[in-house]
Amino acid sequence: MTTLATTIGVWIAQTPPPVAGGTTAFDRFLHTFGRGLTQGSIYALVALGFVLVFKATQTVNFAQGAIALVTAWFFSMVLVDWRIPGRWLGDNNYVVWFSALATAIGLAVLLGLVIERLIIRPMIGEPLFSIAVITLGLEAVLRTVGTDAVGINNRSLRIPWGADDFKIGGATMYWSWIATVTAAALAFVGVYLFFRTRAGIAMRAVAFDQEVALAQGISVGRVFAIAWGASAALALVAAVCASMSPIGVGTITAGSAALAFRALPAVILGGLDSVSGALVGGLAIGMAEVFAGNYLARYTSTLGTGYALIVPYAVMLLVLLVRPYGLFGTAEIRRV
Amino acid sequence: MYGRPNLHSSYRSEASVLPTWTQRVSMAMLAVVLVLLPFQIPIINQIPIIRFLGDSDWLRLTTQAVIFAVAALGLNLLTGVAGQVSLGHSFFMGVGAYASVYLGGEAGGRVWGHNLPIWIWLPAAGITAAVVGLLIAPAAVRVRGLYLGIVTVGLVFIGIHLSRVLPEISGGSEVGRNFPKLEFRWWREENPLVSFDEDGHWLWFNISGAQKTYLLVLAMLGVALVVAKNIHRTRTGRALQAIRDRDVAAEVMGVPEVRYKLIAFALSSFYAGIAGAVFASFVGRLPPEYWDLILSIEFIAILLIGGAGTTAGTLLGAFFVVLLPRNIESFVHWMSDQAAGNGPWAAFWDLFVSADADFGFVSDAQIAPGFPLPANALDAVLYGALVIVFLLFEPRGLFGIWVKIRNYWKGWPFTY
Repeated sequence: MTTLATTIGVWIAQTPPPVAGGTTAFDRFLHTFGRGLTQGSIYALVALGFVLVFKATQTVNFAQGAIALVTAWFFSMVLVDWRIPGRWLGDNNYVVWFSALATAIGLAVLLGLVIERLIIRPMIGEPLFSIAVITLGLEAVLRTVGTDAVGINNRSLRIPWGADDFKIGGATMYWSWIATVTAAALAFVGVYLFFRTRAGIAMRAVAFDQEVALAQGISVGRVFAIAWGASAALALVAAVCASMSPIGVGTITAGSAALAFRALPAVILGGLDSVSGALVGGLAIGMAEVFAGNYLARYTSTLGTGYALIVPYAVMLLVLLVRPYGLFGTAEIRRV
Repeated sequence: MYGRPNLHSSYRSEASVLPTWTQRVSMAMLAVVLVLLPFQIPIINQIPIIRFLGDSDWLRLTTQAVIFAVAALGLNLLTGVAGQVSLGHSFFMGVGAYASVYLGGEAGGRVWGHNLPIWIWLPAAGITAAVVGLLIAPAAVRVRGLYLGIVTVGLVFIGIHLSRVLPEISGGSEVGRNFPKLEFRWWREENPLVSFDEDGHWLWFNISGAQKTYLLVLAMLGVALVVAKNIHRTRTGRALQAIRDRDVAAEVMGVPEVRYKLIAFALSSFYAGIAGAVFASFVGRLPPEYWDLILSIEFIAILLIGGAGTTAGTLLGAFFVVLLPRNIESFVHWMSDQAAGNGPWAAFWDLFVSADADFGFVSDAQIAPGFPLPANALDAVLYGALVIVFLLFEPRGLFGIWVKIRNYWKGWPFTY
């Protein structure tokens, strides 16, 4: 059984050493800023998945990272092994890649729906702690299967723009950064618009009070299904983004499962039930991590290797001391 | 009283640990069996099925289960009794282990150690963990429910990082160092008074190191059990349960919430520290990455599979979860042996085991990841699946199953 420590170790080994990214101090700042924005977007994507599930089911989905790993494996199968639907669409890299991504998102939604139907819906009305622990059990199952499926050889995702870079002034930027930030922006705009549709209003009602929503004729089960399907799709997008940026080559490894645990501080910082909190928390945590990683690099011997990965947790603990429900979270009203 | 085990005529009898003679006798018998477990007993050993463990590796596994049961009792006080979800139990075990190695370990190279005897490092491990728990508790008391769970996840990652910053104590990432041996000395004399590590001669028979260690940890579990059970059923336990069931109501009734939460954190970390120190010395050498989130999740699984909030359930869960992987592996080996034979049953088992890349989902020979699953991946999957299955179908865990069986036979042949 692959321990989580090994998984985290793989992450640390993959995180490249701080790069200069430019000649002048301002260029380096710009480079770091872009990279922080990218890292923050990845965290925000994962956090958005957490928030959607929390809004609907009032519980934390600890399996988010494992779902990311498994769905990313689906994607690599669809894209590389089967070439569906790319085999009928000609040779254009972009067409093949995006159509495969769409197919894989479909599979991810299916996985989310199956999980919700099989193990989450029977738990309606059980203590929240039990549901959270059920997702921990699910995490163990999916992570093991995913690790086993991905295997020791990393699977390529054949990102069309690869590791191509461009310059803004003197600062090095990567196309994958643009792609990640765009994906996050699209996801957040999508969720924002969704909350204005009928189904979205139903989800907000369920988040407010399940029983009252049920009494108004809202299908709580369908809201659960939408939340889980969407969060599995977001997990896939986050895994793909995490594989290609900040500076990645677009491969998935067994380490992808650690992604969600690294994004937990972002969720907590923003508040578990706030979409805008996910965005702000994700960006803040990503920025804090990348800036600490690049600007404190000379103190590595004191702070320890991989200290940048701990910065999010330190920020989280400090914020929780001041605001126990995060920056944007709703404080629970406690009645006797 | 006779024939009416549920008739209590005083609070004293209702709160007592073992109210009936049946329970007292069966517990005494269980205790005797547990003490005799590591030995080859001449006559009993001839009876089929009942086979005492002798000096096999099953004994080491049982020892591990006993140590895990001690740690799980601590988590039960915090999560099961007081209702504070903690995924940071492995962090406190690690704190205990490194406190013990700092005080009791050998200095040398770049690592620190003071080579002190066990009667200093073992209590110190528990106390250090409890103090760290008390330091963290004020922050933890402010957050509730799943927020607390996630904060304690952060604790685990910060702990593993600290072990990277302080290789003088941890022995370095992925490397680790030797933990102090389980030996009793008065001070730093050459030969230990009692060594639980080497073979020896006790009373009138020979006893191996593994058997001694088992008896030591069993005695420890006995003490831990009595203390935990008594905390659970007296004033502190009642206060903790009130906080679990409805914290505001508990406060209104005059239970000081913050103070009792601090007590729960300190007690649970104390148990974790002791168990961590003993487990580390029992294994001998562990990398700091051992104390990670997976271990914490294992303890949560122990609680839930056993039955959260019950002492007996915690013990059942600890034995079940620790012994399960090994049993699955043995079963896979057994299946592949069966499949290698001839006849209809061989064909049946061959459906499950993939011997040479044929049909079957589990492989006996394969170690590397891939399909068919190696036996060790199968245990991880089954273990996660079991957590799910228990929560879906039997939320009260193994203890709940036992209660169901007991209640069925209580009224037999009637159904009520």
